[in-house]
Amino acid sequence: MTATVTATAAAAATAAHVTVAGLAASYGAAPPALRAVTFTAHAGQAVAVLGPNGGGKTTLFRALLGELSAVAGTVAIGGATAYVPQTERSRLDFPVSALDVALMGAYARTAWYRRIGAADRALARASLGRVGLAEHADKRFGALSGGQRQRVLIARAIVQDASVLLLDEPFGGVDQTSAEAIMGILDDLRTEGRVLLIATHDIEQARRWDRVLCLRGEQIAYGPPADTLSNAVLEATYGAEIVMLDCGHRAVAIQHHDHAH
Amino acid sequence: MTEILHSGLLQRALLEIVVLGAACGSLGVWLLHLRQAYAAESLAHAMLPGLVLASLVGVPLLLGAGGGVLVTAALIALATRDTRVGSEVAVGVVVTTAFGLGAVLALSPDVPVGLDKLLFGDLLGAATSDLISAGALALLVGVALVAGHRRLALAVFDPVAAPSLGVRPARVELALLALLAVAVVAAVLSLGNLLVFALLVAPGAAAMRLGRSVRAQLWLAAALGAGAGLLGMVVSAELDLAAGGSVALAAIALYAVAALVRPARAGRGAPRRSPVEALGAGS
Repeated sequence: MTATVTATAAAAATAAHVTVAGLAASYGAAPPALRAVTFTAHAGQAVAVLGPNGGGKTTLFRALLGELSAVAGTVAIGGATAYVPQTERSRLDFPVSALDVALMGAYARTAWYRRIGAADRALARASLGRVGLAEHADKRFGALSGGQRQRVLIARAIVQDASVLLLDEPFGGVDQTSAEAIMGILDDLRTEGRVLLIATHDIEQARRWDRVLCLRGEQIAYGPPADTLSNAVLEATYGAEIVMLDCGHRAVAIQHHDHAH
Repeated sequence: MTEILHSGLLQRALLEIVVLGAACGSLGVWLLHLRQAYAAESLAHAMLPGLVLASLVGVPLLLGAGGGVLVTAALIALATRDTRVGSEVAVGVVVTTAFGLGAVLALSPDVPVGLDKLLFGDLLGAATSDLISAGALALLVGVALVAGHRRLALAVFDPVAAPSLGVRPARVELALLALLAVAVVAAVLSLGNLLVFALLVAPGAAAMRLGRSVRAQLWLAAALGAGAGLLGMVVSAELDLAAGGSVALAAIALYAVAALVRPARAGRGAPRRSPVEALGAGS
């Protein structure tokens, strides 16, 4: 792993930022799956990451997490980074409670021979409270609804005390009530000065956030939604998969959920 | 019954099987959660030539078992480099080759230990030094499982996010396979090359039906593994049956009881993974 990812875990949330310059990343010896990515997200900004399947959203996240080395360019991240996966990627038959999952956020700072500290246990319970699941703390994770599970995973990121959150389709397979709850939580986290990168298929929803990053093997556009979500950019991002509605004012991307990298 | 308690030989064997049962039982819970039961079976069977060679040369059987496991792991890694062959086929070829080689070697008249003892174990006949080292290895497995508990949980539950939480799932799986090798080496002298699999899988499978948390499953599996050891030893002494076989049957019987008490629910599970995918995951 090359040292292109610099994370300062102790940085205050106000110093949170993601600065990517000329990034290209690839899997092994293959040609770059993603290239020419240059953007800066400041503290308190939420960035929607749009793109077709295979467009590089996962590749970008893995590069930001330091799991993929950059072939070119640099990644600089202020603060600890948490990854919030899609909940169906986790093993729902594994007998852990919502609290157990939230506590996983404290694993990295707990030595193997110690129990998880009382402060972290309290933090995990408080974090579940913040996402509205205090009364579900002892329920089995696999028995919760998709939206509740998503909120537990966000609580885990809060326990991690991450300044930068990478969220993979946080609204995928989530009912409307949970979607609104998650939206509120993400707004709170943004207000606290954290940086959110939200991979999404929902162009309408992307308009809600501060910035939009469009990827299709390379960076197509980055900027405020009003500037970025133009028909030209969306066509360049999604190609033939885009469907225009309402005389071009609304666009819907046709996606196939095959979960490929 | 009193006969068991008063014979030093039997006491030693009982202690041994309880420690082995507890270690193999709790290890089995993780093997099953990580879908590595096939790896457990493969490793146990493929170490046979190592055991036979150790017996031929006259070095401790434990050394032969360890060598056999290492050679098997290397061969599996080598065989799966050919991507035209499926990984499970490659493991099958390696295991069958090793097992056949072991059988041929074992049937030569120069081998002091009979093939049946290697295949089915010799709980009462093992040397004291072998029993002590096997017990120590089993304890090592137990301690490692306690120490690595949180890493294992993350590697099973959420391998995608695990790296961002400080855990590398590929390394955890490799470590678990190494522990599996240690456990198999520890148990093979007592239970034999064919029967060790029962103690590795049956208590864990029973505990996974009964336990509602991971910790509960681990403790239950340890208790069931130890219980299967005790039960099997008592039955074998009372009815004059083979010790290893009785222990294996006792483990299966406990699983059958658990299955009756708590029938499997129809649920979705992760796809089965072969040991090779796990071995190759580190590269």
